[in-house]
Amino acid sequence: MHTTKEMPKTDHRENITESVERGKALWEDNNCIGCHTLIGEGAYFAPELGNVFYRRGAGNHETFKAFMNGWMKAQPLRIPGRRQMPQFNLNDQEIDDLADFLKFTAEMDVNSWPPNIEG
Amino acid sequence: MNTLKFQSQSVAKPYFIFALMLFTGQILFGLVMGLQYVVGDFLGDAIPFNVARMVHTNLLIVWLLFGFMGAAYYLVPEEAETELYSPKLAIALFWIFAAAGTLTILGYLLVPYSTLAHMTGNDILPTMGREFLEQPTITKIGIVVVCLGFLFNLGMTILKGRKTVINLVLITGLIGLAVFFLFSFYNPANIALDKLFWWFVVHLWVEGVWELIMGAILAFILIKVTGVDREVIEKWLYVIIAMALITGILGTGHHFYWLSTPEYWQWIGSIFSALEPLPFFAMVLYAFNMVNRRRREHPNKAATLWALGTAVMAFLGAGVWGFLHTLAPVNFYTHGTQITAAHGHMAFYGAYVMIVLTIISYAMPKLRGIGESSSPKAQVVEMWGFWLMTIAMVFITLFLTGAGILQVWLQRMPESAEALGFMATQDKLAIFYWLREAAGVVFMIGLLTYLANFLVDRKKVAVTSGMPDTSGLQTDT
Ligand code: HEC
Ligand code: HEM
Ligand code: HEM
Ligand SMILES: [Fe+2]
Repeated sequence: MHTTKEMPKTDHRENITESVERGKALWEDNNCIGCHTLIGEGAYFAPELGNVFYRRGAGNHETFKAFMNGWMKAQPLRIPGRRQMPQFNLNDQEIDDLADFLKFTAEMDVNSWPPNIEG
Repeated sequence: MNTLKFQSQSVAKPYFIFALMLFTGQILFGLVMGLQYVVGDFLGDAIPFNVARMVHTNLLIVWLLFGFMGAAYYLVPEEAETELYSPKLAIALFWIFAAAGTLTILGYLLVPYSTLAHMTGNDILPTMGREFLEQPTITKIGIVVVCLGFLFNLGMTILKGRKTVINLVLITGLIGLAVFFLFSFYNPANIALDKLFWWFVVHLWVEGVWELIMGAILAFILIKVTGVDREVIEKWLYVIIAMALITGILGTGHHFYWLSTPEYWQWIGSIFSALEPLPFFAMVLYAFNMVNRRRREHPNKAATLWALGTAVMAFLGAGVWGFLHTLAPVNFYTHGTQITAAHGHMAFYGAYVMIVLTIISYAMPKLRGIGESSSPKAQVVEMWGFWLMTIAMVFITLFLTGAGILQVWLQRMPESAEALGFMATQDKLAIFYWLREAAGVVFMIGLLTYLANFLVDRKKVAVTSGMPDTSGLQTDT
């Protein structure tokens, strides 16, 4: 298929590290897609995460990792009536892996979707 | 009064009954999620949204599969004019599938998803945690085994009997269903490839092979209730499936717009998927045409209503609501919004829920030994169920479409600095979500009304069941 031959140029698969791979497995094992979209696919209950690296990490790796660590540990926020994200009890390494995975998805070239930073 | 042409058709009955039980569960969880959309912490600790969603969508898919299997066990012997190859195998597979399905749903509800993943060895062959494909790998293997047994049973029946167009289209669709499901075992570390091939299951099912299944079931029912010549109906069926496959296969491109895929997909996807409504439109013309040209008045009015309803609602949900967001410049803004949810609901309901309810409506009176049709009173109750569910679904779709348009307007259209964030936008959509939930309650009432129709004739069942009577009833063709 011509498409799968072209895709290495745009999906930046050269950046798939072991950490990104572990991050993808954690993403799946915790069913994050059951509430969130990732590049527009998934559930429509919670924010798009394909570009959260830019929205919450300003495109900076360290800032984003720090944000993710704080965010994952603070859940659930238990604001009455507000939609909730569960506590997944992940350790620092696992949260870093997830952050690396989400950084990878943000850096894929997807024909300039989404239209703006809010996803 | 036993009106079954072949006794082995009766294996369809447990499939249909179990399908309707799962359907009820699906709607219950839909209502839970609908409430969580507006009361965010409702049951949040016991049933997190993602769990409710998995249960809702997996129950949907599994009960539709039960429905398709029941339909095939009912229809294939009658078309092939021979008994089913092995009724015992069909019943054994029923229990295996029912047990595997129940265990999987209990797994979702009783243990955290990550625990379920570890328990079922997801590290060895990771296939879980992707939308609609959340089932543990071993459940997926179970599904494949059940499908193989099922296809074998049907294949042998068709081989020894009459080979009609309807049977061949149906079996082709069912084989396609099993084959494309195999892509669910392919889960590469590269998320772009993962997503690309995920659509080979999801899109090529609902906009490809499932359309063949739907077309075959619809054709069977139309022959039965209208008495129009088989040749005429078969010609339509050929045209419809040809259009479905030509537009549906390249139409997959409408999911490759924003996926690290070359930009030419924006053209291919837009052009071919814009033609996808055609087969659905053809089904409307054909269904109404056949009913208008009917050569007899079949006593089962409800089944005819379901058949016409399927054609119309599938066209609206898949054709019209699909077209609404399928062109790349539109999809750029609507991708992954409530517009998608609106379309998903009406398309699944209109095409696949309704076609299964159509064959159930036609076959159940015979399977229960009531006769050609249930009593007029039971049919009135059933038709109330039809209208309540269908109108409720129209409103669910309209409310979600309203929510989606506002969401696009507030969150997607403005520049980054001015756009409203996701959560703030959701707050503004609350009124639409409350209305959707209200329509959902009406849907549930409609479903309960529909189920009540089976109680109306229960006395007749008690009197006649267990009396095999095959004398002189094989009159219609
Ligand atoms: C039960 C639903 C649910 C699941 C499952 C879930 N989330 Fe969330 N998530 C939410 C909700 C709701 C919010 C928004 C919370 C808020 O703003 O108060 C959110 C917000 C986030 C955010 C911040 C996004 C932003 O732009 O503000 C990140 C990052 C995130 N989730 C990551 C994850 C990851 C990683 C997983 C899987 C391990 C996950 N979520 C699973 C519901 C969920
Ligand atoms: C036969 C009827 C129904 C069918 C066929 C159906 C089908 C579906 C499908 C296919 C999805 C996945 C949607 C997608 O990914 O775009 C879904 C999700 C959902 N359904 Fe239903 N559904 C039905 C009834 C209901 C009812 C009655 C309610 C509630 C009132 C409901 C509430 C939901 C919610 C809240 C979601 C999650 C949307 C999200 O991802 O945020 N459904 N349903
Ligand atoms: C009965 C047939 C159909 C069913 C059951 C169906 C169902 C669905 C569902 C459930 C989704 C959401 C998938 C997800 O969760 O990401 C979807 C997406 C989509 N469908 Fe359909 N569909 C059907 C036919 C069509 C047709 C005929 C068209 C085009 C004319 C179409 C266009 C689309 C598009 C463009 C999307 C992507 C939405 C997005 O970008 O978020 N569908 N469909
Ligand atoms: Fe599609």
